[in-house]
Amino acid sequence: MQEDCLLKLTGIEKRFPGVLALHNVDFTLRKGEIHALMGENGAGKSTLIKILTGVYPMDKGTVTVEGQVVHIGSPQDAQNNGISTVYQEITLCPNLTVAENMFIGRDNAAFVKQKDYEKRADEILKSLQIPAGAKKQLGNCSLAVQQMVAIARAVDMQCKVLILDEPTSSLDDKEVNMLFSLMRDLRERGVGIVFVTHFLEQVYEVCDRITVLRNGELVGEYLVQDLPQVQLVAKMMGKELDELNNLSDTEEKKHKTGDVLYEAENLSSSDALPFDFSIRKGEVNGFTGLLGSGRSESVRAIFGADKVNGGTVKIKGKPVKITKPIDAMKNGIGYLAEDRKRDGIIADLSVRENIILALQVMNGFFKPISRSESEAFADEYIKALNIKTASRETPIGSLSGGNQQKVLLARWLLTHPEYLILDEPTRGIDVGTKLEIQKLVLKLAEDDVSVTFISSEVEEMLRTCSRLIVMRDRHIVGELKGSDLNQAQVMKTIAGGEAKNEE
Amino acid sequence: MKNKKKFFNADLSQLAIPLIAIALLFIFNIFRDISFFSIGVTTNNDGNLVLTGNLISIINGASELAVLAMGMTLVTAACGGQDISVGAAAAIAGSVFVKVLKSSPSINGGTVILAFLCSCVVAIIFGSFNGSLVAVFKIQPMIATLILYTCGRSIAYWINGGATPTVESPIISAWGSYIPGIPVPTPVLIVIIVAILFKLVFRFTSLELLTQSVGINGSAARLNGINTTFIKLLSFIILGLCVAVAGSIGVSRLGLINHETLLLDVEMDAILAVAIGGNNLGGGKFKISGSIIGAYVIQMLTITLYAMKVSSTDVKAYKAIVIIILVVIGSPVVKSKFSKFMGQIRSKKIEASEKGAAKA
Repeated sequence: MQEDCLLKLTGIEKRFPGVLALHNVDFTLRKGEIHALMGENGAGKSTLIKILTGVYPMDKGTVTVEGQVVHIGSPQDAQNNGISTVYQEITLCPNLTVAENMFIGRDNAAFVKQKDYEKRADEILKSLQIPAGAKKQLGNCSLAVQQMVAIARAVDMQCKVLILDEPTSSLDDKEVNMLFSLMRDLRERGVGIVFVTHFLEQVYEVCDRITVLRNGELVGEYLVQDLPQVQLVAKMMGKELDELNNLSDTEEKKHKTGDVLYEAENLSSSDALPFDFSIRKGEVNGFTGLLGSGRSESVRAIFGADKVNGGTVKIKGKPVKITKPIDAMKNGIGYLAEDRKRDGIIADLSVRENIILALQVMNGFFKPISRSESEAFADEYIKALNIKTASRETPIGSLSGGNQQKVLLARWLLTHPEYLILDEPTRGIDVGTKLEIQKLVLKLAEDDVSVTFISSEVEEMLRTCSRLIVMRDRHIVGELKGSDLNQAQVMKTIAGGEAKNEE
Repeated sequence: MKNKKKFFNADLSQLAIPLIAIALLFIFNIFRDISFFSIGVTTNNDGNLVLTGNLISIINGASELAVLAMGMTLVTAACGGQDISVGAAAAIAGSVFVKVLKSSPSINGGTVILAFLCSCVVAIIFGSFNGSLVAVFKIQPMIATLILYTCGRSIAYWINGGATPTVESPIISAWGSYIPGIPVPTPVLIVIIVAILFKLVFRFTSLELLTQSVGINGSAARLNGINTTFIKLLSFIILGLCVAVAGSIGVSRLGLINHETLLLDVEMDAILAVAIGGNNLGGGKFKISGSIIGAYVIQMLTITLYAMKVSSTDVKAYKAIVIIILVVIGSPVVKSKFSKFMGQIRSKKIEASEKGAAKA
């Protein structure tokens, strides 16, 4: 057993300012196995991979490759130790040929031996059964082939450990199968593959072992056949299934709900498959599902954040057209985006300016909010939401994650929405703020605001939502209410429900 | 009180570089030759009492640059890139200005206004052309405006059939040099008016907030309902208006349009003024006032060099040396090193005072 051990990580710890990203994590990869690294967002998967590839230095722990303790201080170190990574986004050069991409930057020869490269590339591609010609320009190949070329490059560099970070997320079924047969082929050759994905089915199709991380800690390492899908979901989300059954949520939800506020039929966007959805006045509902299940894409379609392709939308029974965010805002919808940094904060602007932004846009170009007015708004919400900031003129970028999120909440609350969509409002923020945000959601509902709440933490959603829409692989697979609102039921639905909105 | 102080500091930190630059130029000139600053009153050819002196020629000479720098600041902030066609566009606007004046039977107030409005319309059309390439087709600003940069002066050539026509009128000379009875050059007044107009636009619209939001985080701006395409386009249209103003000043100064030389290479100085003004050329937060000071820094540098009898062929080389120093000082790397250094000094001071206290 021990001889087979290719890569061993022990006691890995990594601390970022204010967060313990990894705590005492072990990971073992054996020769000739495909090992899935699983965990919800923020579990520490990407941090672990970045440590392994030399992007981040680790604070504690040891890495051994084939029994030798090694130090990985840079991506170059990782490569020298036979660890190669292929990322979700192709990091090769699309305007070079396949052969050039496979050999670029690998030797310091002054002259490029074009012919040699092409010959060798063809040999490697052939032996790996990759359907690509060495002379073809990489950008003209399909994404799957590009990914395979990246893998071929890694294989030819004598890699022992191959890390595939979400390689399948932009591939279609046929391409995925091609990739899988390549992975199996490499397994035969004794390469150890670390496979990171959000698609549960794929794990069971191709992997031998699963390591689950949660909140920066190791949950455990399992053989695939020992861990049924439902249990995997449970482990990723944080409760043992038996425990959950005993702990069925008996808490009474007393949301008063009124008339239907928002109603969508067959709504679809460039990123979301058609779905039906409605929400009542003062109702709190949630979209749940693992990452990549389409929950964010669906609510983005409601807000008009992506290109809306079709469907009818009614607000208070009246048909409306929502194709871009401003339409949604004018109809009383607010949307707190999932990625706070990318889609939420305007980092260099002050807390005050960030708070008034959405209201200012709604007021229109020629009705600027005066300085004194905006200061009053900022002060009001800094106090009401208990935002910790040096002053209202502090750039929002220098606030902690939780306080940034509160500023963004303030931004939407200031527009007095009738329907507020909160996509992962509690991600990456401390427990105290999480509770504050949950309380705020319930208070909003009392004030007759409808809220859609999305969170990777099911407990949180169970605590706040009176209805849960469950998604898997971009389809709505169930809707849970009343006594069905418990962790066990949610996980069962995520793991094995039937798709309701077929293509 | 505390808040006010902070606000002042934040304001000043962006203007630090241009203010320090202008202060250094002042100090340098004081030691070099104090008479550099002397301002006299003389009677000019038209019989007006006018102010003269190096300082006057600095603020007068920088007028076109200052106006263009203001517009360039907005484009830079919204699009994260620069318009390199402003010189060529000004030649077109100036040619239109002259063409309209030339084709009207007599030059009076009405025809000058008409000519100016026509040049504004043309400049806006070319601005929208650049703007739509950038905002709609998402072409990098420098590439998009390269087109007009290349062909602009040819278009200006066609407008007046290749000639360099002159226009003579008291109104034109009043626009380009002095209004009778006012000793301050008119271009200086125009800069003040344009600056006030910018201030008013920022006061009565939400342009400043929206432009900064688009420049800092376009994706978030879009999700907050901002029409990012419109904001970018608008910045180019406003720059177009600035181009028309600068073109009309340039034409009126000489009373003729030379499509080859009018505001030649001004685009580079305008971009420089924006940079010296402490504005991030990658877009985002901006200060119009910084760019205006930046324009004056550039002009003062030029005039200082001329006053030192540096030959006009050498001026550019010396200018480049000073500018590279300014830009390096203003770079984020130096800034963060400097603030770290200051932090160390501060903590050492605190340590020392704590030790002193412990001893006592």
